[in-house]
Amino acid sequence: MIFTLVWENVRFKPVRTLLSVLLIAVPVTLILTLIGLSRGFLDDSARRSQGVGADIVFRAPGTSVMTFSGAALPEKLTEVLTQTAHVTQATGVVNQPIGGFDSVTGIDPAGFTRMSGGFIFREGRIFEKPDEVVVDQFYADQRHLHAGSVTRILNRDWHVSGIVEPGKLAHLFVDVRNLQDLVGATGKLSQIYLKLDDPSNTPQVIQALQAKFDGYAIYSMKELVSLISVNNIPLLAGFINAVVGIGVIIGFAVVSLSMYMAVLQRTREIGILKSLGATNGFVMGIIVSEAAALGFGGTIAGILLSFVTRWTMLHIAPASLPQAVVPSWWPIAGLIAMGGALLGSVYPGLMAVRQDPIEALAYE
Amino acid sequence: MNKPPDSIIQARGLRKVYNTGKVQVEALRGVDLDVPRGEFISIVGPSGSGKSTLFHIVGGLTPPTAGEVIVAGRNVSTVGERGRTELRSSSVSFVFQKFNLLPNLTARDNIRTALYISGKEPDQFDPELLSLLDLLGIAGRLDHKPSEMSGGEQQRVAIARALATRPAILLADEPTGNLDSRNSLAVLNILKDLNERLGQTILMITHNTEAAAFGHRTLHMRDGRIAETSH
Repeated sequence: MIFTLVWENVRFKPVRTLLSVLLIAVPVTLILTLIGLSRGFLDDSARRSQGVGADIVFRAPGTSVMTFSGAALPEKLTEVLTQTAHVTQATGVVNQPIGGFDSVTGIDPAGFTRMSGGFIFREGRIFEKPDEVVVDQFYADQRHLHAGSVTRILNRDWHVSGIVEPGKLAHLFVDVRNLQDLVGATGKLSQIYLKLDDPSNTPQVIQALQAKFDGYAIYSMKELVSLISVNNIPLLAGFINAVVGIGVIIGFAVVSLSMYMAVLQRTREIGILKSLGATNGFVMGIIVSEAAALGFGGTIAGILLSFVTRWTMLHIAPASLPQAVVPSWWPIAGLIAMGGALLGSVYPGLMAVRQDPIEALAYE
Repeated sequence: MNKPPDSIIQARGLRKVYNTGKVQVEALRGVDLDVPRGEFISIVGPSGSGKSTLFHIVGGLTPPTAGEVIVAGRNVSTVGERGRTELRSSSVSFVFQKFNLLPNLTARDNIRTALYISGKEPDQFDPELLSLLDLLGIAGRLDHKPSEMSGGEQQRVAIARALATRPAILLADEPTGNLDSRNSLAVLNILKDLNERLGQTILMITHNTEAAAFGHRTLHMRDGRIAETSH
């Protein structure tokens, strides 16, 4: 019976219901988009790291999983590392941020091709001149680039020599020496990738390298991928918590206002229910159930809207803002919206419960 | 208080004072009343005479300030809010001048709501209720909302809703106040019929002396007291 009352109430004022649902959907979408972007960004990073084909990554002391302290490794270290037992290949790269979430990566084409198996070109070829850049399909789509296009990176114009399939190390590639000179890091590298004769030798090689290069950040690729998580990105977990908090507050405020108005509008109906002998619990139950219905509707709408934001991101910035679908967060976002909605229904519910039936019946 | 045999309402020295800001308004100034089961009583009187207040106290919508009133075996003066809520859900029902149907719900759902609140099975109408709906002439209008019904139909749905829970007492507050003369007569005849056929105890407030004549006796209220009783 409560279901009938709640259903007819939400149907009776469709605009109020729709607006409430949409407003509750906003924080749900916000949370799912943020989580989706974080997860998408990290998954993309992990996928690209795995695409290198290396077994070990070697970084300068003081670097974290997701940040690099510029190009701090001496280039000659590549040769030294190659001489380590079981290491068959070593190739160094330079990473240089170019604004936003994007960076350009300097590679040695021959070494990188040997290690990763090479790029799969969808258009054009590898860079051959100092002003040429190779981009992956995501970046090309994002910037509407084709082989032969000109794009501006690091305050200079570059010619796109080729477009490759995504999934290998980075979105933009230039010649490592060229980038070293451009960023004033001649003879320096950001990280060195090592390939072994047998991946099962990885722990042994890491142990040997750690003994020899004290303080350097040396990870197996498996470990590196596992470390690419929200908790390892400075401030991201805190930012997510802040957005969750905002979600609760918005859900609370929207439902509180909506149900407050609903209780005012339905003063006479509450009086009628009380004249029929409705208990305080029954009246409260209707208000809380209606808030829960709005919260549920807002959750569903929020989930659907997160697909809209994903579609938008995929079409606007597939390289910079890859948004994953994270179903495991749907119930969490739903609980956050429902929690806010239920909290927001408490005061209007108490207001309804406390109404004097005689005054409520006389309400025009 | 000594309760006369089969008296369903008994009030002694009933007083009610309302505080409106700094002013105290004495709505009832010592009302004594005995209503035997199955009686149809009309209450008449000018505005402010206290008839609605008496109605609200007997219906458990508000407690008296002083005095004692026993309704269907419950002492309304002492039972507290929970007890008065139980009284409304189990023993008394209201019919109002403005019908007071829940506007979002169909006639059927209005009746179901009353049944549900009183703890009865709301989804299956028993034969007695079905015959009541036939008697009221609304059996074919149950799936309509109040906005789709005439005033007369709405009032008949309100009567059906009130009686669906089989209350010991039906309190009707100006039940014909918003109806034309034809529908007024129909509603009054229905109330009289229900009283005669089912022995339903009815208290009806009215301004209309012709309507009052449908009751077994008429209480004339003035200045918060029962000034006169006529048969």
